[in-house]
Amino acid sequence: MILWYSSRAVGVVSLVLFTAVVVLGIATAGRAASAAFPRAAVLRLHRTLSITATAFIAVHIATAILDSYVSLSFWDVVVPFGSSFDPFWIGLGAVAVDLLIAIGITSALRRRLSLRVWRAVHLSAYAMWPIALIHGFGVSGGDGQQRWMIALDAACIAAVLGALAFRLRPDRHPDTVARKSDGVAGRSLARVGTSS
Amino acid sequence: MSTRTGNGVVLTVDPIACRAHGLCADELPEGISLDEWGYPILSSAPLSRKLLRRAKSAAASCPVLALRASRSRD
Amino acid sequence: MNTSSLSPASTPGFHRSAQSDFPSGPAGVGRLLPAAGVASWPDHRRHYGPVLPTSTPSLSDLVRASGLRGRGGAGFPTATKIDAVASGGGRTRRSVVVANCCEGDPTARKDRVLIARAPHLVIDGALVAANAVGADRVVFAVHEGSRSAITLRTALAERGAAESAISVVEVPHRFVASEASALVRFLNTGDARPLGRLAPVWESGVDGRPTLVDNAETLAQLALIARFGDRWFRSVGSADEPGTALVTIGGSVPRPGVVEIATGTPILTILAAAGAPPAGWALIGGLAGRWVDLSVVGPTPFTTADLLAAEAVRGVGSIIVLPPGGCLVNETARILHHLADSSARQCGPCMFGLPAIAADMSALAAGDRTALTRLRRRLPTIDRRGACAHPDGAVAVAASAMTVLAGPEADHLRQHLARRGCRAAAPVVPLGVPNPTVLNSRVLNSRVFNSRGSNSTGSNSTGFKSTGFKSTGFNSTGFNSTGCKSTGSMSR
Repeated sequence: MILWYSSRAVGVVSLVLFTAVVVLGIATAGRAASAAFPRAAVLRLHRTLSITATAFIAVHIATAILDSYVSLSFWDVVVPFGSSFDPFWIGLGAVAVDLLIAIGITSALRRRLSLRVWRAVHLSAYAMWPIALIHGFGVSGGDGQQRWMIALDAACIAAVLGALAFRLRPDRHPDTVARKSDGVAGRSLARVGTSS
Repeated sequence: MSTRTGNGVVLTVDPIACRAHGLCADELPEGISLDEWGYPILSSAPLSRKLLRRAKSAAASCPVLALRASRSRD
Repeated sequence: MNTSSLSPASTPGFHRSAQSDFPSGPAGVGRLLPAAGVASWPDHRRHYGPVLPTSTPSLSDLVRASGLRGRGGAGFPTATKIDAVASGGGRTRRSVVVANCCEGDPTARKDRVLIARAPHLVIDGALVAANAVGADRVVFAVHEGSRSAITLRTALAERGAAESAISVVEVPHRFVASEASALVRFLNTGDARPLGRLAPVWESGVDGRPTLVDNAETLAQLALIARFGDRWFRSVGSADEPGTALVTIGGSVPRPGVVEIATGTPILTILAAAGAPPAGWALIGGLAGRWVDLSVVGPTPFTTADLLAAEAVRGVGSIIVLPPGGCLVNETARILHHLADSSARQCGPCMFGLPAIAADMSALAAGDRTALTRLRRRLPTIDRRGACAHPDGAVAVAASAMTVLAGPEADHLRQHLARRGCRAAAPVVPLGVPNPTVLNSRVLNSRVFNSRGSNSTGSNSTGFKSTGFKSTGFNSTGFNSTGCKSTGSMSR
């Protein structure tokens, strides 16, 4: 039983950590920086925390498999919706894990891959994070809907929404403006509408 | 002006891919400085050994992979 | 630059062809632009004869023995290019030849004159090059709607060349669009922006195949070398850089136009053909060229090495003469604004650096002393930090102006700095088609230039006759008698 409770506790911590990772990732893409946190520091924190969060997820998964209270096999972790216990909610967790594995591998191999491939897979974090949050909300019924858990979920959602609001502000960086504003060199030089 | 060599590491900047994020200069201030518009200038002095690790992390930190560190024959 | 390595004697194992291997070629300097009309296919064949297969070694050996260098501005040894393309990609991929007939630099008119007068030479050259590199496709790149497009299509039709393997492709009329890698990219994707050194087109160009991009004049010279051999080619011009060359003379001269010269001809002789004395300032080499004092460089032979030694550059082979009292500062500022507008806007240092130095030069013209410091600081940081050579050219012409303004024209600069302006004549350096403006460079233009109040639109060159550009005013026959034909090494 203790492993089961540990798994759930570690799961909650993982959610908070991944929320921070997502916020920092959005900040990096949005060119956020301050005197105390230059660009490279934001990025490093994002990467370091992502490794930490992944470690916590590994513990969350390991304890869930090892405990005898529910029967979960290793396959149920990566193959979604096949478990005997709570197939739907566990399945969501498995989807999130699959996405996490893809993101992790492509990020480790980032320099060898094309930027487009890496970016396409990395953007699936925008799916991974809400799926993980919903998994936490619904799995093992009841607990996820306790007040403190809901408050925590709301805080995480607010943090990510706040980061997105920052990210979606109009991009006025001179480089972006210069490349775009020029419909000239782009459009008059390019017959086939390519501008990047 | 966009290549530094020394101790087997060549740093190059793809000027078309570069978007002036500037993380490279954060990671390797001894070797990379930014011009007045935010684009990297690589200094021409060869890389000393203790900067190698940071040079590679500078390349890894580029959000658009414009800075590349590759092995040279030197 | 060491040109001696191009001479056959230093190429081990090279079979030096005898002139008897080839029919005798035309005498004199009028090789590309003969007095006789050769624009039509029958006239061309009558004048030049066919390209005969000979027992000589490969074309690339022949070209190497001839010492031919590219005439598009970079002056790269043509044989080296041919070898690189021929060997690139092995035998599994056929190459492509792109004949650059665009002539993007507005100070030069030589290619359009050559194409108008002798289109079949250019076509011959492209076909000969295609054989040499094993190409199965030839593209003639021309600017959209240009006369050259029509002329080449007509000429190709005359020869019955209706195959799809040979085509004329129209390219957007922008300065950077006719750069070699831009042409290749345009053919591949429709995007006419250069990739510069990021795209080794001799390895992977059109359709990913090894691609030879050569200037129209280079190809025409190639067509002659293939017919008449390297000895004939070397019988005229300087020893290190033999043959003839097309030079455009414009600006404030009585008879602007294009002239064919023997390489090594002194600049003052070239100017004489245009009726201009060797006096005053001139921009030599193109928009990315250098400012020279004609009274100083008059005796300089027109070869790459001699021009470099005289702090000039051969570039696209144009000489634009300023009128007496012409203002170097205004002209340079105008050129820089145009080059800034022409940027493909792919690389930061070019995108931002060029408008900055253009604004600085305008500010200098308006009397801002601090502009000098800014220019001195900025020029080295912009140089060679783009993917292509566009920003390098702007830096070079700006640096040349700065050198002149620090030296021989220091008094003139002082006049500007004292905010007395200058009674400059209207600018004469042609800028070609105006680029639609994005950055604010034009605002500065209208305030600073032309102290007389006439607003230069920047697009019309005042140096050329508006009634169609004539080259027939002076050509080979005018030069023979003045002994410009060089039969040996030119004295330096």
